[in-house]
Amino acid sequence: MADKLYPNARAALEGVVFDGMTLLSGGFGLCGIPENLIAALREIGVKRLTCVSNNAGVDGFGLGLLLETRQIAKMISSYVGENREFERQYLAEELQLEFNPQGTLAERIRAGGAGIPGFYTRTGVGTLVSEGKEHKVFNGEEYILETGITGDLAIVKAWKGDPSGNLVYRKTARNFNPTMATAGRVTIAEVEQLVPAGELDPDHIHTPGIYVNRIIVGEKYEKRIEQLTVRKREA
Amino acid sequence: MNIGWTREQRAARAAKELKDGYYVNLGIGMPTLVANYIPDDIEVTLHSENGMLGIGPFPYEDQVDPDLINAGKQTITELPNTSYFSSQNSFAMIRGGHFNVSILGAMEVSQEGDLANWMIPGKMVKGMGGAMDLVVGVKKIIVLMDHNSKSGKPKFKRNCDLPLTGRHVVNLIVSDLAVFERKSPERRFRLVELAPNVSIDHLLASTDAEFIF
Repeated sequence: MADKLYPNARAALEGVVFDGMTLLSGGFGLCGIPENLIAALREIGVKRLTCVSNNAGVDGFGLGLLLETRQIAKMISSYVGENREFERQYLAEELQLEFNPQGTLAERIRAGGAGIPGFYTRTGVGTLVSEGKEHKVFNGEEYILETGITGDLAIVKAWKGDPSGNLVYRKTARNFNPTMATAGRVTIAEVEQLVPAGELDPDHIHTPGIYVNRIIVGEKYEKRIEQLTVRKREA
Repeated sequence: MNIGWTREQRAARAAKELKDGYYVNLGIGMPTLVANYIPDDIEVTLHSENGMLGIGPFPYEDQVDPDLINAGKQTITELPNTSYFSSQNSFAMIRGGHFNVSILGAMEVSQEGDLANWMIPGKMVKGMGGAMDLVVGVKKIIVLMDHNSKSGKPKFKRNCDLPLTGRHVVNLIVSDLAVFERKSPERRFRLVELAPNVSIDHLLASTDAEFIF
């Protein structure tokens, strides 16, 4: 079987990145983002990226790192608050932005990965999102046509993976990762723990290895928290 | 003399709409407060769009887990009945009509139930997140809002001036002055409660929408 294991993020990205490519990135906020692959993309310096990601990171972390270096030309996202550099580039018209409702974004990527070029949804009917899109009535309700999304490269982060590329995510760090993994022409997964074949329960695998072309163990995980909220123990 | 309901009182009023066994999505801000007022004798499962059913309380300091956040990116905890899933599944359950109630904030609501809560032209737009999916997919949409903007303008209006999140989607408005209900297939809202010490004249003067009372 072809070896999917690579020694590090830089090596895994070799031969699959090019200027102007479409990059799909997993994560919600800073939770479950492929930290090590993003850092390596910054080192490599690939440019004019179209980035499909629910969010755009924060200043100095996540996809914010690629914004700082002006590597991103366009974002397709549902929510991009918490990022001053993003705002600056957008207002200066240095960065293109396409907003998608979050569920439409997820479904577009699912459809792309599943070979479905388009689908109808009620989400966005009567709003700016529906402008210029085909409308169709089913059972008396109006729907709009949305198209599937695929990428040249998908980068995802999982908790555990095995040498076949089978992946298991942890808690809400799953989010967009399993869907992004299905829609990359090439998909690279970074994991916290690489386990031997046979250790993951086949009934509990979230992403079957067919979707994963290359896999690395992340060198380190910072796992920044955006909104630390705690409660006090009663004395 | 206090006029109208506080944020907490509005959250408590919205919580009265919840029933045993409901699956509920709470938006960011005032709607999050509703979790504190769910009656003890009913069980309600709270949803987080990023892929979780069964949201627990905020963690103690030694329980904080960066892999466990809500849609507002706050650290949270899980419950014995919690499940996790992908964003794609999370919105499939929203769009598929599996949720009973979603409670959201609003910038404007029109008299026919249009909602505007994501964009002010000319200002930096952060995005709609999951709001457009929620308003079309969830059976009952409750809006918690201030009756008037900070500059005193009515937010319950004939038509929304701001870009819409959804058309004909709001079923119940709980503002600091009153509660209005719109039962489909009715188009108009009906006044169902007036907050303490709020006169009907005060309400009418603070409202641009037509409603039934």
